[in-house]
Order: sequence, then structure tokens, then C-alpha cells
Amino acid sequence: MKLRKNIAISESGFIFDPTSGDSFSLNEVGLEILELLRDDKSAEEITTHFTNQYEIDPVSFEKYFFDFVGMLKYYQLIDEDEED
Amino acid sequence: MKKIKVNIAATGLNNTDNPGPGVPVIRAIRESELFDPRIIGLAYESLEPAIYMHNIVDKAYQIPYPTEGADALMERIRQISLKDPIDVLIPNFDSELYAFMKSEKVLKEIGIKTFLPSLQHLEERHKANLNDFGKKYDVLVPKSKPILNQNDIEKIRDDFEYPVMVKGKFYDAYLAYNPEQVRMYFNKISAKWGLPIIIQEFIRGTEVNVVALGDGVGNTIGAVPMRKQYITDKGKAWAGITLDDKKMLNLTHKIIHSMKWRGGMELELIRSQKNELHVIEINPRIPAWVYLAVGAGQNLPEALVKLALGMEVKPFETYEIGKMFIRYSYDLITDLYEFEKLSTRGEL
Repeated sequence: MKLRKNIAISESGFIFDPTSGDSFSLNEVGLEILELLRDDKSAEEITTHFTNQYEIDPVSFEKYFFDFVGMLKYYQLIDEDEED
Repeated sequence: MKKIKVNIAATGLNNTDNPGPGVPVIRAIRESELFDPRIIGLAYESLEPAIYMHNIVDKAYQIPYPTEGADALMERIRQISLKDPIDVLIPNFDSELYAFMKSEKVLKEIGIKTFLPSLQHLEERHKANLNDFGKKYDVLVPKSKPILNQNDIEKIRDDFEYPVMVKGKFYDAYLAYNPEQVRMYFNKISAKWGLPIIIQEFIRGTEVNVVALGDGVGNTIGAVPMRKQYITDKGKAWAGITLDDKKMLNLTHKIIHSMKWRGGMELELIRSQKNELHVIEINPRIPAWVYLAVGAGQNLPEALVKLALGMEVKPFETYEIGKMFIRYSYDLITDLYEFEKLSTRGEL
């Protein structure tokens, strides 16, 4: 999955979608996930990153992660055509 | 560089919760680095706020409503221009455009230039003709049908699924879920704007808009897409943000190119959930939110004045994305003397 190229992400976690005009506020974890997605990391790589960095097992992380990804898809922040 | 002195007359001086484009158009022209404008405000009502905003309007004149006839309106413009010469006139209301377009030659004879669409284009893009417009220019439009009397309301079910949009020929639009609501809005709108009333298919999605300027030979001089972020109960944008949407810009270029659109326009679009753009309205003039385009780097009113004066205008190539506007209301204090002067002498 790939984050759409024109999405603007600020260090504060403020996200702006210039196509729809929508803006969102993310917490630190959400921001970290978005930055990894922007760096073209796969779901497996993101899971490994979080399970190494934080006290969470892969199954629990993936549950929240795919829920979050679902939200990104709903708001069309992920390029569906470029999904892997 | 010495600025060019130019006398510009503009209408649309009302700046209420249903604002006219006059004030933002004048603000934009006043910010021009090319022109040193003298602004002549043309008002229909004595309480249009810009009449009393002396930093916006240098001199204001009351003019008769176009419903009194184009001849009466032109006679008043002629009287004004004899006293206060006008180089360029910018009409800003849909309801007055027909009179000004019809009188373009008369205006030219008295030395007043305009930059307006043709009467043919004004008719083609009319809400009542939207179906034909979509076919002719190959753009998606919601199914639309003009109705002239209440007996037609029961027949809406034959062509449309509820809910439907009920629209006036110039202004006002309401969403109706059943024939009773259509009847209520039919009466409300027709009492204000006359007939026909337009029944339009309701397209679910997000409303997005473009302000644009065509040079009359197929070129888009400028175009800025926007999404309303805060909408008043009259459906007007109270806040908005510029967008980065190539599809919207391509559609604007396509319409301006194929129609050879001349003048300002506002495209009202619905972006459906399938990401398709449906043209719901084309307003044949600059919209009230034009100052956002100016703030984003495209001074379209200034470019319109240049086109009206026959000057060469290079198309804008960029604008700032994510630029926002937030409208506000402001209590202007004036004296009874000024109100009295305008009411009795028709000028201030």
C-alpha cells in the first residue's frame, strides 16, 4: 500500500489532503505509521518496526494497524491503484 | 512603474450572509500593481454595505433593477458616465447579466468596456438547459428538468428518484424528499425569482468549485479550485481552501476551450464517491469567494480588467495550494446623512 504522493504531513501530526481539502490530526503512533508508509515500507516491515520498538505482540499490532489502514482507505489517503 | 489610471464601475456591493462579489472584486483591483483605479459602485438598494465603505468605493450611484427594463438601466448608466466617466464595467449578479450583455454595444458607444460571455453561452449553461449542455460539451451533468406549474410536481416521479434538488433560475437551491417539499420550495423560489423552477437529480458527493477566467478564444487565463469548509444555511461558503486537483482543472480547461468562454465563471461541481466530477451549475460571473484566488496568487479581477481594456494577458500557471479564506462580518458605522444622501439624490 502506498500513501498518496501529494499528501502533506507536518511534524505536529497535521495531515492535509490537497485533493479533497480534508485535514486530519494524528497522534504520535499514527504519524509514525504514516511516515513509514510514505517511505514505502510494507505491512510486515511496519509490524516488525513497531514490535521491536514497543511492547506489543504482532497479532495485537496488526489488529490496530489494519483498522487504521482501513480508515486511511476510507479517506482515500492511500492510492488504491498502487497497493501491493 | 507609473500605474495606469482607470475608472471601474462594479455592481454586487451587498456583503451580507449572501454576499455579492463586488467587494472582493474591488479589493482585488485595488491591489493591482498595474492599475490606479477609481471605483464607482453601482447599487440597487440603499443598504448595500460597500456604498458606505469609502476605502472600497470612491463614489456610489443607485441604479434601477434590471426588471425595470434594460433601457432604464442603460439610461441611468449613461447619466452616470456623463458625470463620472466609466472605462470598464463589471456586473456581478446573474440576474443583471442579460441586460448588460444585451446592451454591450450601447455601452461601447458611450465608452464603457465590459468582458462578458455571449448571450448564446449565457443560455447554453443555464440550469434549465443543463442536459443539452452536458451532451454538447461531453461533460457529466445531473439530469435536470424545468417545470412551470404545480401540476408538473406529481410527474417528477416519472423521471427522478427522490430526493431531488429544487432550484431557482438564478439563485436558491433546496433538497426535497417528497412532492410536498417540492411544492413548498416551488412556491418559495418562484415568488422570489420567478419561473421556471428546475428539478435536478441529486448527486451524492462532495461539492467543489472552481473560479476561472476565459479569454474568449479558448484560453483559460486562470483557474483556482476550492472546497467549501464551512457552509451557511444559504449554502454560501463561509470558509474554503484551495485544492490540488488536476481533474477539476482539466475539466475547467475543457469547458472554457470548447465554449470559447469569455469572462469570469464559477463552476459548481459534485465529486461523486466514484471520483467523477458532475457539473451542477456554471455561474457566468466571478463568484464572491474570488478573493481566495487572489490570495493564492491569481488576481483574476485584475486580469479581467486587462482583457476588457484589450491588453495582453498571460495565463496564470500556478497558485498556492492549501490557501484558506474565512469570511467574517463587521459592523460598519455610518451617519444618517450619508444614507439620506444616497436615498434622496441616488448618489454618495
